[in-house]
Amino acid sequence: MVGKVDAAKGGAKSLQSPASNQATSKPDLSSISTTFSFKTLKLKTKQQELLIRVTILGLVYILAFITRLFSVLRYESMIHEFDPYFNYRTTLYLTEKGFYEFWNWFDSESWYPLGRIIGGTLYPGLMVTAAIIYWTLKFLRFAVHIREVCVLTAPFFASNTTIVAYFFGKEVWDSGAGLVAAALIAICPGYISRSVAGSYDNEGVAIFALLLTFYLFVKAVNTGSLAWSLASAFGYFYMVSAWGGYVFIINLIPLYVLVLLITGRYSMRLYVAYNCMYIVGMLLAMQIRFVGFQHVQSGEHMAAMGVFFLIQVFYFLVYVKHMLNDTKLFQALLRIGVTSAVAVGAIALGLGTASGYISPWTGRFYSLLDPTYAKDHIPIIASVSEHQPTAWSSFMFDFHILLFLFPAGLYFCFKRLSDATIFIVMYGLTSMYFAGVMVRLILVATPAVCLISAIAVSATIKNLTQAIRGKTTQTTTKALSKQQASLDQTIPYLKNGATALLLGAFYLLSRYAIHCTWVTSEAYSSPSIVLAARGAHGQRIIFDDYREAYFWIRQNTPSDAKIMSWWDYGYQITAMGNRTVIVDNNTWNNTHIATVGRAMSSYEDEAYEIMRSLDVDYVLVVFGGVTGYSSDDINKFLWMVRIGGGVFPVIKEPDYLVNGEYRVDKGAAPKMLNCLMYKLCYYRFGELTTEYGKPPGYDRARGVEIGNKDVKLEYLEEAFTTSNWIVRIYKVKPPTNRW
Amino acid sequence: MGMFRFGLLLLLLAVHWGPALSDLVISKLDRRIDLTSQIVRMTMSFKVENTGPDPVSKVSLTFPEHQANNLALIVAVNTQGKGKTRGPTTNLPITISQPDNNSPPSLIWYAASLPKDLVKGESLTIDVLAVFTHTLRPFPEKITQSESQLFLFQESAHFPSPYKVKSQSMTVKLPTENAESYTKLENTKFANSEIKYGPYENLPPFSYSPVIIHFPSNKPFAVAQELIREIEISHWGNVQITEHYSLIHGGAQSTGEFSRLDFQTRPHVRGASGFRNLLAMLPPRAHSIYYRDAIGNISTSNIYSDSSKTLLEIEPRYPMFGGWKTSFTIGYGLPLQDFLFQSEGSRFLNITFGSPMNDILVENLTVKIVLPEGSKDISVSVPFPVKQSQETKFSHLDIAGRPTMVVEKTNAVPEHNQYFQVHYKFSNISLLTEPLMLIFGFFSLFIACIIYMHADITISKSSPSYLAKLQWDEVLGSIQQLQEVINRSLIVHEKLEASLRELSRTGDVQGCKAVRKAADTLLKDLSKESKPLLSLLQSSPQAAHIIHKVEELVVKERDLQEKIMMKHAMVVDSYEKKSGGRDIDNRVAAIQQKITAVKQEVDHLLEFVEDI
Repeated sequence: MVGKVDAAKGGAKSLQSPASNQATSKPDLSSISTTFSFKTLKLKTKQQELLIRVTILGLVYILAFITRLFSVLRYESMIHEFDPYFNYRTTLYLTEKGFYEFWNWFDSESWYPLGRIIGGTLYPGLMVTAAIIYWTLKFLRFAVHIREVCVLTAPFFASNTTIVAYFFGKEVWDSGAGLVAAALIAICPGYISRSVAGSYDNEGVAIFALLLTFYLFVKAVNTGSLAWSLASAFGYFYMVSAWGGYVFIINLIPLYVLVLLITGRYSMRLYVAYNCMYIVGMLLAMQIRFVGFQHVQSGEHMAAMGVFFLIQVFYFLVYVKHMLNDTKLFQALLRIGVTSAVAVGAIALGLGTASGYISPWTGRFYSLLDPTYAKDHIPIIASVSEHQPTAWSSFMFDFHILLFLFPAGLYFCFKRLSDATIFIVMYGLTSMYFAGVMVRLILVATPAVCLISAIAVSATIKNLTQAIRGKTTQTTTKALSKQQASLDQTIPYLKNGATALLLGAFYLLSRYAIHCTWVTSEAYSSPSIVLAARGAHGQRIIFDDYREAYFWIRQNTPSDAKIMSWWDYGYQITAMGNRTVIVDNNTWNNTHIATVGRAMSSYEDEAYEIMRSLDVDYVLVVFGGVTGYSSDDINKFLWMVRIGGGVFPVIKEPDYLVNGEYRVDKGAAPKMLNCLMYKLCYYRFGELTTEYGKPPGYDRARGVEIGNKDVKLEYLEEAFTTSNWIVRIYKVKPPTNRW
Repeated sequence: MGMFRFGLLLLLLAVHWGPALSDLVISKLDRRIDLTSQIVRMTMSFKVENTGPDPVSKVSLTFPEHQANNLALIVAVNTQGKGKTRGPTTNLPITISQPDNNSPPSLIWYAASLPKDLVKGESLTIDVLAVFTHTLRPFPEKITQSESQLFLFQESAHFPSPYKVKSQSMTVKLPTENAESYTKLENTKFANSEIKYGPYENLPPFSYSPVIIHFPSNKPFAVAQELIREIEISHWGNVQITEHYSLIHGGAQSTGEFSRLDFQTRPHVRGASGFRNLLAMLPPRAHSIYYRDAIGNISTSNIYSDSSKTLLEIEPRYPMFGGWKTSFTIGYGLPLQDFLFQSEGSRFLNITFGSPMNDILVENLTVKIVLPEGSKDISVSVPFPVKQSQETKFSHLDIAGRPTMVVEKTNAVPEHNQYFQVHYKFSNISLLTEPLMLIFGFFSLFIACIIYMHADITISKSSPSYLAKLQWDEVLGSIQQLQEVINRSLIVHEKLEASLRELSRTGDVQGCKAVRKAADTLLKDLSKESKPLLSLLQSSPQAAHIIHKVEELVVKERDLQEKIMMKHAMVVDSYEKKSGGRDIDNRVAAIQQKITAVKQEVDHLLEFVEDI
């Protein structure tokens, strides 16, 4: 409840800010009588304004941090979900062994037998950031555990993001809009979903880096200053080091430059800003091994390079125009110049692509541009729930009133077009499109939506307060000016209307604060490693089965054991179980994952051959039939079949379906009832009564009685099953003696 | 089968070393062996009598080597009197004293020093407690989930004493009422889970008669292979204890499948050999108790506390079966005043040594006592032999590190859970170092901020942007001054208006005129003041884009000034002519409208200028 109150307070604060600016900016004539007191108060109001602004920002900063601590209060200080476990493991390695060891780390615990070159296949920004924070604290003699640092990295950066949002808003509109933007982004669920305490993922720092880069770039365009654009290049470098989403920056900024060129807003400021940012940013980005020479070699980065050359051509033309002083000649030159430049660019691109120097677009990029692409071509991308197209409800859930304020903000931006507002409009529109394509890209859209909505809120409230105050000053004097009189005639109840609207705005914003707090505490603070449910008497039941299983693996299997599971659990097994896995969440090798998918969807004897060839010692499956936990392996199984079948045509999806229907009960397909995954999940499940009044073997996650109750295992044996059966581990038996 | 062979050897030796060492004779010896837990406890009470002429100061106890290696603790006490007339007990110090030549090589000798020499004919009763670990051997060594654990226990029915024993008996207590098998000698009785051997009369020294008992036991075999206890003292009022366990089920190895279904449906039949929880008895008023492991908090624990103790029931993440391992950490805070005392200028900590867990065997126990930074003259006194060393621990805000005493002990059993003392010296002033450091840290941070805000750290003082910034600052300064001037003249306008209102109330024409005169001079002064500011702005290139607004402001303000003066003059004039109120209003109306318009414009301009 503390968080809730604070959230509401924060929302209210943000509303006050533009009003308070107004109040302080206008000298209050009537209340001041003597010259002396007037003078002192005058100085004070200026300072008061600063004080209020700094206080609001400080409160927003704290609010952004503490609202993300729900997860710690509700559960504990722990790392959430899947990918953060890898990040945590690598950070631990970095702090223990130092940067060089980390950079050259060959991890033999994942992707057995291939292994993984960690330094060359990850974005090190997050780990290095956390390690630096950790080292700094250690230097300042604070003996904290690296886990606490990792858990709190995302909230800390979310707080920093609010500051950046303030400056960005100030740059784009005014300081009032900046304050509102800071307050909105501090509690926006779209951002909180990826930055609660424990969500130690790249996005946590990347959104900060993204917004910082954009802010610095806009600042550079506005000032034409080399320093700002250099700063934005460094911001870009940080972003590249932190998240693969940097591709968005390197495509949005050239697009923006292109739009400015087309709309005739080319200026020297833009030239300086873009060139410096692109060249320095590119060179810096090449220092990240995972990115390497992609800036000059991959299709996704070619737009930036094209615009870079285009702006040079533009500059040259402007120079020629300046020298020529003859419009006709210049027109001809322009035609030739532009045509040849485009032709050269096209030929270079064609040659590069044909010779293989420039790599074509990756599947993920395609799936962004064409939402149906992944579903047809790359099941491994489509299988991830956060890569699904976004439903309307999740927009509503993540943005709430911002969804309606966004168009209003766009209206204000278009009304006052400038280089900065064009940027924010473009950022908003493109990111909204991407948010529609993939659920998880809502995150990228959130800062833009918050900024644009902040403009709407700030401008609206400013107008309303002006209307109210304008009226009050007028009532003191008897006669009305012409202007005011005419205004009064058109809107008779201006003051009352404005007050009502203002109250409405307050109401909406307070609803937003309440909604955000509720969403944070209820939906986005679950670590997903620990599951919580309400018991029959309202008490809290904790299902800690994942950790039970991982800790069992860690303690009671040989230290060189290889664990096979679906790739979702790979990072967790290596981080918490400390054992080698066959595949993990870094889905770089489709064939290897398909092999596991094939093993899971084959008959036991065939699967045994595959497992023997992969040296598998234990198989881990996640099963929700006892507890009703629905994101288990049986529900993910069709994706295993699809991914397996994508590489090994012996696996055919229709074999597992009955009339296109996926079922596990008596009517299920025979292959389904006898495949490895089915057997491992339902081994001895037929003897268990899960729910009163239901037959034994009743699967609560799917609400059916299972079809094969008499599962016999020949090549595997049950090694461990957790207390709620969520994780089941099987030992692969050694081959029997031949004599 | 090594032990059997050994037994045989001993028997042979016993025959060899037939003659007694000294003239002591044990007239009665009772042994009770408790097998109800994994730790074997042997209590022995015997009466020793000196039959020889020489006074004896030591009594020797001998244990076969295989037992002595597992001997965790041996205590001997002498009790005067018997039954109701029981006198005070005295502890007898025990040392290992291997006799030079005439000992069977596989016996280890312990000598208990008597409180006073035993002269001829005197007798003494001695009670001995010997605690053995690892003496129960699982047989079979591997069992499945549904089987019970069976153990072998080996002992000699005759205590291999170096003295003649007139009469002795041995009682073995089993955990259950049945045994798989046991060696039957003469005078063997098995009743109520107790096997009684003896009494045996007149046994020669070193007599040996092996006994093997094979019995079921499903008591928890919790063995901590490693336990690190860290006791950290904070003089702010807390003793923080952190215990890192790495635990193994030390019983029969589990083999084959682990079926959750079986374990869930009939845990006491199919899963009897495993244990689910452990009980720790913490001191009273323990607070901030936590229970976690390398991957996070473990939610299965309970606390029951009352005024005399705090009972912590913890459940490992999974049931422990034979050979399964787990590791976890428990931590709790204790109030300082319960454990830290002062004596003769130094302080001492008085706290228990071993693990608070019930019936746990600790193979390697390390106790670390972390004293506050700046503690001196540290000494540890433990009532039994331990290995000591010193190290430094770095925690929050430490510069030199906290002195840490490390005490190591192998094979610690619950009997080792005795109080021990750590003496050290610590001055109360050192307590303030850390808060002072924090204060100083923040102070210097603020100082740095202030310096940064006030210092000019521009590198090139002649660069155009720097100069432009300076100029701009100047422009801002003069604009602010100008603004002030205008605001002041606006106040003068207010005063004029006020005087008019006064006039309409009182009709004091003269007073009103005086006000106007004063206002006039004041306004003139102000306009004089504004002139240099305006010219400065006009000359500055930085102000080029705002100068017209500022100029407009000044012009409008003057316009307003004139109009207000005019109005004032008109009103006063009409009052002098004694015109009616309505008449005045009519005359002034036109000019009043203008004034309002101009005033609004001035307000707008002022607002704009202020935003700069």
